Amino acid sequence: MHPILKLVVQRIALGLVLLLAVSLLIFAGTEALPGDVAQSILGQSATPEALANLREALGLNEPALTRYFKWLGGILTGDFGVALTNGQDIGQAIGQRLGNTLFLASAAAMISVPLAILLGLVAARYNGRWPDKLISGVTLSTISLPEFVAAYFVIYLLTQVIPIFQPVAMVFPGMGFWEKLQAVALPVIVLVLVVLAHMMRMTRAAVLNVMQSAYIETAELKGLGPMTVIWRHALPNAIAPIISVVVLNLAYLVVGVVVVEVVFSYNALGQYLVDHVAKRDLPVVQAVGLIFAAVYIGLNILADVISILANPRLRHPK
Amino acid sequence: MNAEFNHLLTSAAKGRISRREFMGRAAAMGVTAATASMLLASAARAEGPVKGGTLKAGMAGGESTNSLDPALAASEVPFMVNMTWGEMLVDVNAKGEIDYRIAEEVSSNADATEWKFKIRAGVEFHDGKTVTADDVIATLKRHTDEKSQSGALGIVQGISEMSASGDMVTLKLASGNADLPFLMADYHLVIQPGGGVDNPAAGIGAGPYKVVANEPGVRHVFEKHANYFDTTIGHADTVEILVINDNTARTAALQAGQVHMINRVDPKIIDLLKGVPGISIEAVAGRGHYVFIMHCDKAPFDNKDLRMALKLAINRQEMVEKILGGLGSVGNDFPINAAYPLFDDSIPQREYDAAKAAEHYKASGHDGSPIVLRTAPGAFPGAVEAAQLFQQSAAAAGIPLEVKVEPDDGYWSNVWNVEPFCASYWGGRPVQDQMYSTAYLSTADWNDTKFKNEEFDKLLLAARAELDPVKRKEEYSKMANILRDEGGLICPMFNDFVEAKREEVGGWEPDPNGELMNGRALVKCWLNA
Repeated sequence: MHPILKLVVQRIALGLVLLLAVSLLIFAGTEALPGDVAQSILGQSATPEALANLREALGLNEPALTRYFKWLGGILTGDFGVALTNGQDIGQAIGQRLGNTLFLASAAAMISVPLAILLGLVAARYNGRWPDKLISGVTLSTISLPEFVAAYFVIYLLTQVIPIFQPVAMVFPGMGFWEKLQAVALPVIVLVLVVLAHMMRMTRAAVLNVMQSAYIETAELKGLGPMTVIWRHALPNAIAPIISVVVLNLAYLVVGVVVVEVVFSYNALGQYLVDHVAKRDLPVVQAVGLIFAAVYIGLNILADVISILANPRLRHPK
Repeated sequence: MNAEFNHLLTSAAKGRISRREFMGRAAAMGVTAATASMLLASAARAEGPVKGGTLKAGMAGGESTNSLDPALAASEVPFMVNMTWGEMLVDVNAKGEIDYRIAEEVSSNADATEWKFKIRAGVEFHDGKTVTADDVIATLKRHTDEKSQSGALGIVQGISEMSASGDMVTLKLASGNADLPFLMADYHLVIQPGGGVDNPAAGIGAGPYKVVANEPGVRHVFEKHANYFDTTIGHADTVEILVINDNTARTAALQAGQVHMINRVDPKIIDLLKGVPGISIEAVAGRGHYVFIMHCDKAPFDNKDLRMALKLAINRQEMVEKILGGLGSVGNDFPINAAYPLFDDSIPQREYDAAKAAEHYKASGHDGSPIVLRTAPGAFPGAVEAAQLFQQSAAAAGIPLEVKVEPDDGYWSNVWNVEPFCASYWGGRPVQDQMYSTAYLSTADWNDTKFKNEEFDKLLLAARAELDPVKRKEEYSKMANILRDEGGLICPMFNDFVEAKREEVGGWEPDPNGELMNGRALVKCWLNA
């Protein structure tokens, strides 16, 4: 077997073991939550008999271990079960929401990743001069703003002062692609502001690091322009750390944007998770938790593999 | 009447200014409240409803956990959803009277133990079937089922026998209840074909709108039910509820015109929102109230003097001003206010009196150790701040309170109805009997003050079966006094529903029964072009 293929298979197997461990942790964690599902569903105005009936109907009286294996078995066969609170099929609900999450994340990534790398290269090119300082200053201040502040600011600016967008970013099946893009414009802007600095700074640092090398000096002495040196010679050798940061940010765009979703009422996985945590709807919390973990682990494996592919020494081991 | 007043009247009728603002400005012009109110009503009628369009509400209080099963509705959005596609036997209108819906006539025997509801002919479900007496019985039976998780279980439990013959539904009660029609207006008791037994969450009812899209926690879309029996309501072609739980986003959506009305305007921003053109704030005095509850059977609250000391040590006026931003009214330590029928307004208002509180505190012989008051941000909006205000006003009377802030998570299962002294809220009920029976009868499940008083119980049962309103009012007044002086309820304030709408919304009227015109705002309002 080719060493790279072997490595990839190894990573994936490790990832699956990790995912299994995570599933156990998630289950244990949700078990440890205070409060009672039945009470959370029925609220303050629940009668004791309604509570008892609901607990019985939900199977909450079975031991935890039995429920864990039932749950795991279900997931392995693609059955996430039904939500305790409203009886909806979890797999179906998650499918649609996951689509929305990925739509928002990819829209934000499409803009932020190229922009961050470009800005990083420009900052590296003009290291220590005003374009570098301007780019660093602006991106650092946008990352320093808490997301909800940035969100409210954007809402105020782009729906009230200059009313060109809608503050509520819900998307529905049946909406056209452009209509959807328009709906998510504000959350995309906020997310771009939030993730830009991290990727930009890593690009800049990695490229600058490589720029110290002797071969860059040679390239410069050959008479190549500074941008060409960066693009042709520095960037390919700086790609590994950049990729890992980009992938980390992609993972964040998928699993970490609950606050932005809530502020814009965007109907994606984060808000779905929060609602069900509040109601102690454990099957949903567990399913979404597992999906988030899978995305995270998957993207990290991807980052690993790309870093290896990008490194000739690893690509062609002696 | 001069031109200025006419302009004002037209603005109010078209909904450009709020009713409250209209009344205020009319009074400034020397028009009496009664006249102004009458003129407004006729002007609004003359403007007439506009048919068509899409009317949208942006609402807090919806979760992706919501179900279309009307029995399970427990928060604001599912309530509004029920009121939009569902139809009950009767409704309670803004004046606190019964509006006949699926039932066109209601009558009872002399001791209110047997009630007859005559089913209106030709009312059609969304699936084309006609509503029959059997559907009504099946619906009530489903909610009565011991296994059901219906929020109306407590309401229908008192029915011992139900039968249908022709278009007549007969309900026999275990004991007389003069308020039964009001109970049948409960928003869970949506009449469903076959009682909704086969598929309770099908969303098929007899209401003015049909469910088109149901995406819990996101949006609910409805279209006009073409064969709806009442042509005076249901003006828009399509109505929509967008779930926007974030306060800022909800307000922004209203301002941007993405929605036409919103519920739960944050009291902190009312003054800012008042200046925005095209938007009016509607504050409606309701029956909901914010409370501090003491368990009458646990030390130190089993001491009547200590309870009285705490009741005297709270500054109600300050709470209304600081916690409700002035949009509410002071409570009087019983759960009833002027929004209820048969309210006795001659009961003296309890005021903050540090000296008297100190006297009672001394008489109670309490050892002076801090009394723990538990609260949580979600106990009611501003519950933590209210507890702190209480702590300060009590300290001035020499009563040491210790405020303990609990997490919202699990508050209703771990603190409320468990700990002897905590913050809570009640949403109010359509009639006094239901409020008292729910939380102050010795045997009530949610007797969250552990208040047990034989005389009170007797009066409650007597008043329930009493069909003479004068006698009934007297009995309720006596009960209010007992609870006010001896109960474990400290009721500092009744909160208004604070809502906002855009100027193009016509047909708005204040309704104390519930948020957004008792959930019927989308059904009763229209869009002025």
